[in-house]
Amino acid sequence: MAEWVTLAEAIAANVHDGATVALEGFTHLIPFAAGHEIIRQQRRHLSLIRMTPDLIYDQLIGAGCAAKLTFSWGGNPGVGSLHRFRDAVENSWPRPLEIEERSHSDLANAYVAGAANLPFAVLRGYAGSDLPRVNDKIRSVTCPFTGEVLAATPSVRPDVTVIHAQKADWKGNVLLWGILGVQKEAALAAKRAIVTVEERVRELNAPPNACILPSWVVTAVCEVPRGATPSYAHGYYDRDNVFYRAWDHISRDRDCFNAWIKENILETEDFAEYLQAVSQ
Amino acid sequence: MSIAYTSEEMMTVAAARMLSNGAVCFVGIGLPSTAANLARLTHAPDAVLVYESGPIGAKPPVLPLSIGDGNLAETADTVVSTPEIFRYWLQGGRIDVGFLGAAQLDRFANINTTVVGSYKNPKVRLPGAGGAPEISSSAKEVLIIVKQTKRTFVEKLDFVTSVGFLSGGNSRESAGLPGNGPAAVITDLCILRPHPVSRELEVTSVHPGVNRESILKSTGWDLRFAEGCGETAEPNSLELETLRDLKERTAAAHGVEGDAA
Repeated sequence: MAEWVTLAEAIAANVHDGATVALEGFTHLIPFAAGHEIIRQQRRHLSLIRMTPDLIYDQLIGAGCAAKLTFSWGGNPGVGSLHRFRDAVENSWPRPLEIEERSHSDLANAYVAGAANLPFAVLRGYAGSDLPRVNDKIRSVTCPFTGEVLAATPSVRPDVTVIHAQKADWKGNVLLWGILGVQKEAALAAKRAIVTVEERVRELNAPPNACILPSWVVTAVCEVPRGATPSYAHGYYDRDNVFYRAWDHISRDRDCFNAWIKENILETEDFAEYLQAVSQ
Repeated sequence: MSIAYTSEEMMTVAAARMLSNGAVCFVGIGLPSTAANLARLTHAPDAVLVYESGPIGAKPPVLPLSIGDGNLAETADTVVSTPEIFRYWLQGGRIDVGFLGAAQLDRFANINTTVVGSYKNPKVRLPGAGGAPEISSSAKEVLIIVKQTKRTFVEKLDFVTSVGFLSGGNSRESAGLPGNGPAAVITDLCILRPHPVSRELEVTSVHPGVNRESILKSTGWDLRFAEGCGETAEPNSLELETLRDLKERTAAAHGVEGDAA
């Protein structure tokens, strides 16, 4: 059964130094508040996984939380480069970052395999690409029925997956809707799952077939209104496109980035204070 | 009666024209998304726009800034999970056209979106593969929209992220890729198509006002012009007005949306 706790408690209890951690959310419902709390608690040597490491991972990488990144597309959507990610890969700043690079299709399949408790994913992919040359975990398997050679890649099994959703009821059953990304698969592939939600409600009132994570597959659930800002939560608030553009400037320079992290994350108590700090 | 237009508008319009009405199109963000939506708003109202974040049949009123904007979900026929998009819809063989951009491209329309320089010590670390390797292999055909410069049109790619025709000839078929590969590359200067036998890109249509010399100067290999290479039709007033209107609405919406958040 999921336990209702504060976000600080959930991160302290479940995200340890050196852990393999996936924060998922495909443009929508990105768990920014949880990422900030990981930075605030100064976790180190994390092995991070995410299909689209955008601003949230730029912040974690620049703040020195990550030792490794498994990913398939690292950019600031609609804006350009992730400067902290690039600085880590190109100049090992603030520390070297090992990268394991795959494609979207591969990682999506690898989360499905993880959720299904399988050791590897199978897909028709990578033929002719240089990616298998630089990632020795991209291998192949021959179909025992047809002889077709297919790509095989290890499933993703995070120690902890963190996602953001719209609602949870008092028991901790979680409901999300809109663009779902790989959140359900990522949660089910992990040993532990932390979910932050916009609001705690008495009843979910969801139709059959809605995307629900039952309380008993969730470890901790935390009420964090606007917890996906500056990404968006369908039905609650829009994407803060101005911040995505502003991030290009904030993150371009190391000192400017450090000052921003210190002032807005390290020196704020929680996400509510952060929201106040950035709105000023 | 022609209206003044920019080379980028010519590129977007030329790319939009390639999308036939009713085609199921897997759309990348940026230029491909602009062109696909222009097609939908002009000659191809029944084009089905599929975005890798999960929306199928998206009809966004303004251009999305990211691949998973809310207006894609709100206007879609259905929204599925990202694994489902890649497994059932792309790998399942249901995509007619994959619409891609590129950072670097070679004469066989292979694409690099990974690194400039060496992989271990990159000069520029680019965003990476995203959905492109499987889009370029599984879509029945691929359209590539990219600005043409010597930096993008290179003799040799620093990294092959997604394949076009590999080393040309029948090398793509031999590698067992299910889709037919790139049908056209649309740039701000011209349209290129693969030669039917060698599969090397050649210019099949030059945009109005562009001379052949400037195309050669913007290409890092000894580019050929196809026999019967013609001139691209200028954007007509409907195409231009629709495109400008769409861009204006987009700027207004994203500005307001951002300020309000």
